[in-house]
Parts: sequence; C-alpha cells; structure tokens
Amino acid sequence: MIVLNGQQREHHAGEAVAALVDSLGLPAQARGVAVAIDGEVVPRTDWETYAIPDGARVEVLTAMQGG
Amino acid sequence: MAGTRTETEPLRIAGRELHSRLLLGTGGFRSLDLLAESIRASGSELATVALRRVELPSTVGQPGGGAAAGNGGVAAPGAAAGGSRGALIDVLDAEGVEVLPNTAGCFTARDAVITAKLAREAFETDWIKLEVIGDEDTLLPDAPELLKAAERLVDDGFVVLPYTTDDPVLARRLVDVGCAAVMPLGAPIGSGMGIRNPYNIALIRESVQVPVVLDAGIGTASDAALAMELGCDAVMVASAVSRAQDPVAMAAAMRAAVQAGHLAHGAGRIPRKTYATPSTPVVGMPDFS
Repeated sequence: MIVLNGQQREHHAGEAVAALVDSLGLPAQARGVAVAIDGEVVPRTDWETYAIPDGARVEVLTAMQGG
Repeated sequence: MAGTRTETEPLRIAGRELHSRLLLGTGGFRSLDLLAESIRASGSELATVALRRVELPSTVGQPGGGAAAGNGGVAAPGAAAGGSRGALIDVLDAEGVEVLPNTAGCFTARDAVITAKLAREAFETDWIKLEVIGDEDTLLPDAPELLKAAERLVDDGFVVLPYTTDDPVLARRLVDVGCAAVMPLGAPIGSGMGIRNPYNIALIRESVQVPVVLDAGIGTASDAALAMELGCDAVMVASAVSRAQDPVAMAAAMRAAVQAGHLAHGAGRIPRKTYATPSTPVVGMPDFS
C-alpha cells in the first residue's frame, strides 16, 4: 500500500512514478504536475525510473487557481 | 508620442522586463473564461498560481480499486478533474502571461521550500512568490519562517518574491538574503482594506534597492493608484478583481489606476498645505469700487 494524496491505495512492487501519473489520467509530459515522495521532490527526469517504495507517502500536485 | 514622459518605463525584476506593472492572482475567479477576459483587460504579464493535490479517480482510493494502477488505461474520473485544473495552465499560456507559482497555504519554511521546489518542477520556472503564513485568521506572514525560507530558496537558485509585512526592517532583511523583489501587504489578504500604513510602504520603497510590489489588501482602483503614488514599482491584485461584481471591468480599472499612479509619482505631486494658494495671478485685478 502507498498513501497517495492522503488516501490509501494499492500498489504493486516496482511501480514507477511515471506509471502512477499516467494512471491518474495525466499526460506523460503534463506541464503543471509535480510529484513528491516522503517529502522529497521527484524530478521529472526520474519519473520513468523511480520505483515507488511500499508504504511511501506520495503527493501528486498540479496547478490550481490561487494567490 | 513615443519617448515622452507619459510612457511608463518597463519594470525589471531579476533581469526580466515587464511592461505591465500589474500582477494578477488567479484565485477567486468564477470561471476560467472570466479569468481569461480579466487577464486581457488587466494587461498583466505575470499571474500567480498555486499547487494543490490532483483529484484522484474515485476508484483509486478504495481497496480493491487498484486495477487502475500502472496500466494507464483507467483515467476517466480523474481525467476530468485533473483536466480542468490543467486547463488553468492552458489558459495562462493562451493569454501569453507568465506563471508565477506561489507557496500559498504554507505555514513553515520547510513546507514552503518543498512547495517551491515542486513548483519549479511543475512550471519550469525558478520564480517563486514566497508565502509563509503565520496565522489562519489574518493570513499575516510569519517573519522568521519567511526569512529562513527566502534564504534557503535564494541559495538554491530561486528568484524569490516574498509576500511580507509592511515592516521596512524585515523588507531590508529579505533583500539582504537575496530576494529579487519584496511584496509588502497593504492590509490582510482579501480584506479589501487598502493600504493601512502608507508611511511604512513609502519607507520600504526608500530602504531597498529592488522592486517593491504592493501585495494584498487592495480593494478598489484608488488603492492601486495610491500604492504607485507612494513609489511602489508594481501592484498585485487578486480578490479585488476576481471577486468584484464585474471582474473584467475592475481589471481594466486596476490597469488604468496603476498607470495613473505611476505617472503621478514620476510627475511629483504638489506639497500638502492647510491654506489656499491661488492658481490665478492676483496682479492685474480690476477695481470696481
């Protein structure tokens, strides 16, 4: 299991950040999307190779009106 | 009339030239169409955006709904939500405004720094409007945390524009750690109270060598004009436009006010006096006695 944006979510070993982002219906090169795992930024260039560890707290963020 | 003094100089922040001295917040607009129209009416070239969680497809959060994982084939519920948010960036791109991400909602230096780094990834910009809030009711900046976050972000190569109090000493400290501009508040965010301490704003303008952008508190056009008359280099508005009854008309009003205030500041106002000074010569008056 991982915690994705505050919600428990099933997770299979070795799932890459890119696959997770894709599963959320966000285009692979989605501008305006950023990912943090356990409080650390995952650079876009690492999305394909970064395997999400079990138990990770994952935040997938995007642009919202504000400020 | 090119080159006359009725044309305003471009604003320069960290080497970037901006021809509009009005920054627009994207928060509070009822629709993206209204936001787009307001951007056009404002003439703004820089608009703030926030970073928030992508809405999850409804199945993802439920145990057993994990079929969505990994194959990219199941997108429908989230795509709508994510898509509408993503559309914000598309609107800003289409209107030709640059994105200025903010750290709105952060209460610690740590959260603000992480948010800024995420914004840099998301929007491919080193610019950050740094907000570190100290109090939920007033949304006033937390000075020590703000300074700490500013220092870390400058060290990390960011162009930092901090939302700060109207304290001239804090403004100077922020510039000392390398901020590219300072954004003092006129009054609390969204309060529409105008500029509560114009003397401090003028003092800030005198005490730092970077652009001063009046941020927060603007309620109507005259507040924006006053900010510029006090010597501010630019004004940022959000709620004053987005929550006005007619946001597009208010955006146009703000644009005119910022230009008027900037010109008036450059023109040099007459001193205030208690008694009258005739504008018509006294000599040559006829005698009707």
